[in-house]
This record gives sequence, C-alpha cells and structure tokens, in this order.
Amino acid sequence: MLIGLLLALPLAGFLTLLFFGKRIGEPGAGYLGSATVGLSFLLALISSFEFISGGENGRHIELFEWIPSLGLNAELLWDPLSAMMTLVVTGVGALIHIYSIGYMHGDPRFGRFFTYLNLFITSMLILVLGANFGVLFVGWELVGLSSYLLISFWFEKPSAAAAGKKAFVVNRIGDFGFLIALMLIFASFGTLDFTHIFEVLHDNAAFITTATATAITLLLLVGAAGKSAQLPLHVWLPDAMEGPTPVSALIHAATMVTAGVYMVARTGIFFELAPVSQAVVATVGALTALFAATIAIGQRDIKRVLAYSTISQLGYMFMGVGVLGLVAGVFHLVTHAFFKALLFLGAGSVIHAMGGEQDMAKMGGLRKKVPITFATMVVAWIAISGIPPLAGFWSKDEILAVVYGRGGGYMALWIIGIVTAGLTAFYMSRMMFLTFWGEPRWDEGVQPHESPINMTMPLAVLAGLSAVGGLINTPFKPTLEHFLEPAFEFVHQAHIPEGVTPWILAGISIGAGVLGVMYAYRRYVVNGTQLEEGGTWETLLNGYGVDDLYGKTIVAPGKALSEQLAFTADAKVVDGGVNGIGAVVKRLGSMLAPLQTGLARSYGVGILAGAIGLVVWLIVAGGAV
Amino acid sequence: MIPILAQAATEGLQVTAGWYMGLAAVLFAIGSAGLLLRRNALVMFMSIELMLNSVNLTFVAADSGIGSLEGQISALFIMVVAAAEVTVGLAIIVAVFRKRATASVDDLAELSG
Amino acid sequence: MVEVIVFAIFALAALAGGLVMVSARSPVYSAMGLLLAMFSMAVFYVMNGAHFVAAVQVLIYAGAVMTLFLFVIMLIGVDRAVDRTETIPYQRPIVYVLGAGLVALIGIAVLDVAAAFDGSLQVAWTTGRPSGNCTLDCVGTIENISGELFTGWLLPFEATVLLLTIAAVGTVALGQFALKPRDEAPEGVE
Repeated sequence: MLIGLLLALPLAGFLTLLFFGKRIGEPGAGYLGSATVGLSFLLALISSFEFISGGENGRHIELFEWIPSLGLNAELLWDPLSAMMTLVVTGVGALIHIYSIGYMHGDPRFGRFFTYLNLFITSMLILVLGANFGVLFVGWELVGLSSYLLISFWFEKPSAAAAGKKAFVVNRIGDFGFLIALMLIFASFGTLDFTHIFEVLHDNAAFITTATATAITLLLLVGAAGKSAQLPLHVWLPDAMEGPTPVSALIHAATMVTAGVYMVARTGIFFELAPVSQAVVATVGALTALFAATIAIGQRDIKRVLAYSTISQLGYMFMGVGVLGLVAGVFHLVTHAFFKALLFLGAGSVIHAMGGEQDMAKMGGLRKKVPITFATMVVAWIAISGIPPLAGFWSKDEILAVVYGRGGGYMALWIIGIVTAGLTAFYMSRMMFLTFWGEPRWDEGVQPHESPINMTMPLAVLAGLSAVGGLINTPFKPTLEHFLEPAFEFVHQAHIPEGVTPWILAGISIGAGVLGVMYAYRRYVVNGTQLEEGGTWETLLNGYGVDDLYGKTIVAPGKALSEQLAFTADAKVVDGGVNGIGAVVKRLGSMLAPLQTGLARSYGVGILAGAIGLVVWLIVAGGAV
Repeated sequence: MIPILAQAATEGLQVTAGWYMGLAAVLFAIGSAGLLLRRNALVMFMSIELMLNSVNLTFVAADSGIGSLEGQISALFIMVVAAAEVTVGLAIIVAVFRKRATASVDDLAELSG
Repeated sequence: MVEVIVFAIFALAALAGGLVMVSARSPVYSAMGLLLAMFSMAVFYVMNGAHFVAAVQVLIYAGAVMTLFLFVIMLIGVDRAVDRTETIPYQRPIVYVLGAGLVALIGIAVLDVAAAFDGSLQVAWTTGRPSGNCTLDCVGTIENISGELFTGWLLPFEATVLLLTIAAVGTVALGQFALKPRDEAPEGVE
C-alpha cells in the first residue's frame, strides 16, 4: 500500500503540474513538486524499516494485469535493493527539487520544469521498483524520455536541443541491446519476472548455457552502457550539461545514470554464469574510469569537469558490479549520489553566483564570496578524492579491494583503478583551486553573491551525507551489506580479501589521492598556473575527439545515406511511382471523359440498353427461348 | 400466332394477363422512346409517367392473373411515389426555367467530362 | 367476346395517346395524349378487377397530376417554338434499334404466352388464369385493398407518408430558393 502510494505521489504531482502547472506558477509548482517527492521519501523510509533487522526477502505488490498473454503484470518489487535505490532517488530528488525552487527562480517555464522533474522521479521509481523486466523497461524508457525533456529544457538554445537529441539517440542504441536481451530472457525462461527467473537459475544453474548467459549479459551491458554513459556510448553525458544544473545533478549524476549499475546489480546472477561478461563489464568500467578521468583534467567548463567525473565514477561502479562486488557497486552508487549531487548543486550555486558563467577561466577567488557553497563543496571534494573518513573513500576502496581480491588479470584493472583515483583527486582539486582560490578573473560587472537558503540548505544536507554516508558500510560494520543481503541471496558475491591486505590497499589508494591533491595544490595554488592551453590540453578538452570520430564514421555516412534515400530513393523512385500511378489514372480519365457528355438523354440510352440486356438475360436464363 | 388462332377457333378468344402485359410493354417502349428522343423536360417527364403507368398495368394484370391483391397494392405505392416525384420534378423544372429560361434538357450539360 | 372488343378499343386508344404524347410538337398536345392513355389504363384496371386502383388512377393521375402538368406548361409558356432537330449524334438510330429490340422482346413474350396456352411451354408468371376469373376476395374493392394495406403493408404505407411530407417540403424549398438571386445569372435571365 505504502509502496503504491510512494509511486503514486510523484505521478499525481506530475499530472497536476502537467495540467495546472502554468496556473499554479511560481513558486507553488516548486513547492508542490518538492512536497510530493519529499513525502515519497518519507514513505520509502518508513517502508524500509522492515529490512533493517534483516532477513526480510521483500515482497511483490501487484498493481494490475498488464499483458496476460505473456503472463506479464504491472508488479512492484519491494526488496532491500529497490528500497535502497528508492531512498536515493527520492531523497536526493527531494533535495534537488527544493534547490530548483531557488535555481529556476524567474524562469518563464518554472511550472513545466517541475512537471518534468516529477515525471522523472516517477519514471525512476518505476524503473527501480519494477518486479519484472517489463516494468523495468517501461521505467527505463520513461527515464530516457524525461532526461530528453530536461536536457533540452531550454530548447531555444540550439545546443541544448541538439544535446537532448543526442542523449536520446545514444540511449536508443543502448535500449536496442537491452530490448534484445529481454527477448532472449523471455525466450529462455518464458517469463520476465525477476524472482521467478532468479529462483530457476539458483536451483539449476545449467538451465541456460554459458553462451546464452554471455549473450544476455553482453546485451544487457549494451543497454547499461547507454544509460550509464560507459565507453563507447558515453558521448551524450557531457553534452547533457546543456540542461539546467539541477537536472545535471539529479539525472546525470545522482540517479538516472546509475540505472545501468542498478540493472547489472539486479541481474547479477546472469553475470555470475558468464565469466566472460564479468571481465568485459569490469574492463569497460575500468577503461571508462581512466579515460573519462583524463578528459576531466582538460576541461574548462566547470560542469563538464563534473560530467566526465561522473562517467569516471560510473566506471568504478561497473568495475565493482562486474567482478560481482554487487554491494560495493551499489555502495559507491549511493555515496556517489551524495557527493556528486552536492558537487553539481555547488557548481550550480557558483554558476548562479557568477550570473550564468560556466567557464573556470573566468572564476577564481570565490572562497570568500560564496562561503557556504565553498564549504560544502570542500566536503564533496575530499569525499570524491578518496580521503577518509568521507564517503567516497569507503565505497571506492571497497570496489578496488574486491577487484584486487579477484586476482589474475583483474590486477591490471586494480592498477588502472588506483591511477584513476590519483587522477580523480587531481582534476577535482584543479577544479576547486581554479574556482575558489587565486585571483578573481571575473568578467566586468559580475557581482558574485551567495545563493538563497533554499539552495544552500540542500547543499548542507548533502554535505552532511557526503561526510558520513560512507559509514553505512565500513569493514568494521558492514550495515549496507547486511541490509542488501536478501536482495542478492541468489548470487555468490565477491568479497574483499581477508587479513591485512585491504589495509595496505587502502593505504595505496589514499596515497594516490593525497598525491593528486598535493600535486594540484603545487601546480595551481603555489605556482599559480592558470588554465592551460596547447596541443595535449586541446585533445583532452575535446575528449580525445570521440565526438568527431563518431561524427565522421557514423553520423556523416548516416547523413549521406539519408540524403541519398531522401533525394534519390524517395524523390525519384517512390514519388515517381506514385506520380506515375497518378499520371496513368489521369490519362485514363481524360480518355474516358468524353463518355461523360452531360446529356441526360445519352445516359438514358445506356440505361435502356442495360435494361434490355437484363431482360434478354432473364429470358435466356429462364429457358423461355 | 398459330396457337392463338387455333385457340380462338376452338374456345373463342379470351383476354388473358399476357395481352395486358404485351400492351404494357409496347407502351413502355413508346415511353422510353419519348424519354430519349424529346428534349423538352416536360415531355420527358410525361414519358416517364407513361412508363410508370405501363408498369402499373403489368402489376395489376399479373395480379388478376394469379388472383392476389399485392400487385394492386404495389401499383398504389408506385402512384404515390410518382406523385411525389412529379411535384418535386416539376418544381425543379420551374426553378431551372426561372434561372435559364429554357426547358431543354440538353442545355443542362455542365457536368460534361 | 365483349371483353376482347373493349380491350381492342382501349388498347388502340392507349397506343394512340402514347404516340401523340411522344410526337406532338406542343407540350399541351403531349399532355392530352397522356391523358388519353391514362384513361385507357383506368379502364384496363376495372377490367382486371382493380376498382380502387382505377379510381385512384382517374383521381390522382388524370386529375391532379395532369392538372399540375398543364399548369406548369402554361407557366413556362406554350407558344415556344420547338426545335426538333436531333443534336446528339446517333441518338435517333440507337433509340430506334433499342425500341426494335424491345418490340422483339415483346414478340417473344407474347408468343410465349400463346405457347403456354398451347401447353408446349411453361413460362413462369405469364401463364395465368384468364382475367375476370377472380373470386370475390381478390377483387380490388376499397374494403379488400384497405384491409390488405393497413395490416400487411402498414410500415411501407407510413413510409410513403414520410416521403410525401419530404416531397412537399422539398417543393416549397425549391420554390423559395429559386426566387433568391444568388450568383450572377446566365445571359438572358432577368
């Protein structure tokens, strides 16, 4: 009941705002949107208590019959994993809603914005609460839709419209793989219900062959890579920064992009049966993490730094779930949601303070001007850099330890992870130093000012969560692991190594983080280096030219093909055929037109002749002659 | 013709339904010829009336031939319909004449192809 | 034998009336020819025992409809010279051929009727009893007709009521709208 209600609340908010959003206007629409999501969070919190003591397996809530012929029902699954995700989505979502009231102040489409935000929360809840792949897929697609709507929210900007389109198209590629995976699953099991499938696999691991499991998991990975911006489908996420900053925080940092991680974690049992896919997922994750981290170093736009950072951190999560460290992956998902949302909202606050300026070359010295933003962002910075005891350290280290624990070829991935940890610390520090330290490089007339309370309040809350969020799953007290245990009962998870090894590993990764921060401090604060320019930096700024590459190899040929189809195949062949038919009919018509004399008496002759013919036929058929 | 004459010689001539039907058919032919040869809308209309009447005659004759009343009922309905048709048709003719000052059907050939 | 004579007289009258109607130059003569044909029909109806139909024939056709025709003829002018040259190519030859075809069919039909009495051919409905053989209940008296009409044929009868109403309204409407000058009238009109 509560579960249905917590899903219905944002939906009700969405519908209300959809029809009356404009009339409710500012700030009522914002309050309404925030209230629905906030209430949802409270409901989720209450409903989660049943799992705290552990042992609960979760339950199904059937809403209605959906496609009876496939045995597919609109059914929700409330288990620890979906509870965790729901808490993150509604919790962070509510904070971002509140923040948006301030951030979107004065926007002409204020109501519309909250309509979309509520739609997004609804979609995401459908995604994480779905009890089968069908419902999951509906949420999956709805999330893609709301992401598209929000990225191109300022559609007057051509770049925003293009970014929305790009996100949609790239996601589509991933969805394609996902959909085929669903078909394969249905063909193999005859059902799409999670619990049912997992029980079958648990009882009889040989139910599907390794080849089938590998195919399914690799296709699922395509879907997950599309949604979670992993190589090579990561290109849409940096562009998605064209959307309003709260959107970047909500969708492109905290929630939507984690859908892929969630999905891999949910379907972990398939990956367990396909060792090849585990390696592929972990490798994709590691390479993405490193790749995106290097690009982040070269960015000038504060939001793009965070965007690439997000991709990089998602890579960590993939690494974690790839080696079956499902708890580790989800743990990092949670902590990342806290500190990355905080970073984005902080960046939004900075941008707000700078009057819309996003280029770090024109910032600097903001420490004193926006003290609260600065203080909260420092927390996030330390958290993401992996300095204990803040959140990022615990989760990132758990992933690295699990990867290390797998041994063998996974050692290489561990090394990549460590290097990336150092790079992460470096580029985050670079961003912080360029923004808050040094001399002001503001454009003339810019008067930085601290943001209003409804923007700083969420920052403070998130800062608190970033600071202590890691403590939910420390090696000393693995609360989260216990909490999630029932959800992963069918999977043989990987765990961190025993003994002192984890401590040595932690030491190494702390070392990498500290090194990164210190080097950045020397370079940007002590030496006062400004934004770099030149060859290598140019390459990094452009993200290694992946966009150009795709443009040349995929988009351009596609465009050429479309043009061929449009101006040759369509205009000449199809239109020609249609016009030809038209011409034939026209010719025939003009040949027959003289019959239409317009003289009633001529027609009468035809009628009489027909009547006589009919009588003749009657006589003949009647046998009179 | 020979059977008829033979019959006449033995039983004496009797008017049967067939006689009326033959006459009706000839009248129908005359009416249709009038419809197709005359251009005056009024005369064409009269021709149609003649054709309808010949059909009525067929019905009534057939009726008495087989001993029922349904043919007569049909004839009555045809008369009603013909009356309605005449009123509307004549109204149209008058309306056309007011506009075009002609009763010739051939002048109304705007729909030629 | 009397029947044959009466039939012969009125058959000739009906044919003459029809031919006059078709061939007369003036519409008034055409109307008179039609009137003659219609009276002959009424006689035939009586001979076939259709008394009520005969009465209606005289009242409605010979009375109301023909009066209406004459009225319209007077309204749109009787003294109009009628051009009788044929303008549609091949119209006359075709009509003659079709007419001949119709006559041929009549010939077949009549022969068939005769043959039927000969017993050599069985053609469905033309082989009736000789007319006048009707028993009392199939004579078309008002009583018999109305009995039939208001029991088995009530719904069609009501439908004709509707039809006549529509026709009346339509006629009034036509008269109304024709009076209103709409688009530019063709040459020579008002």
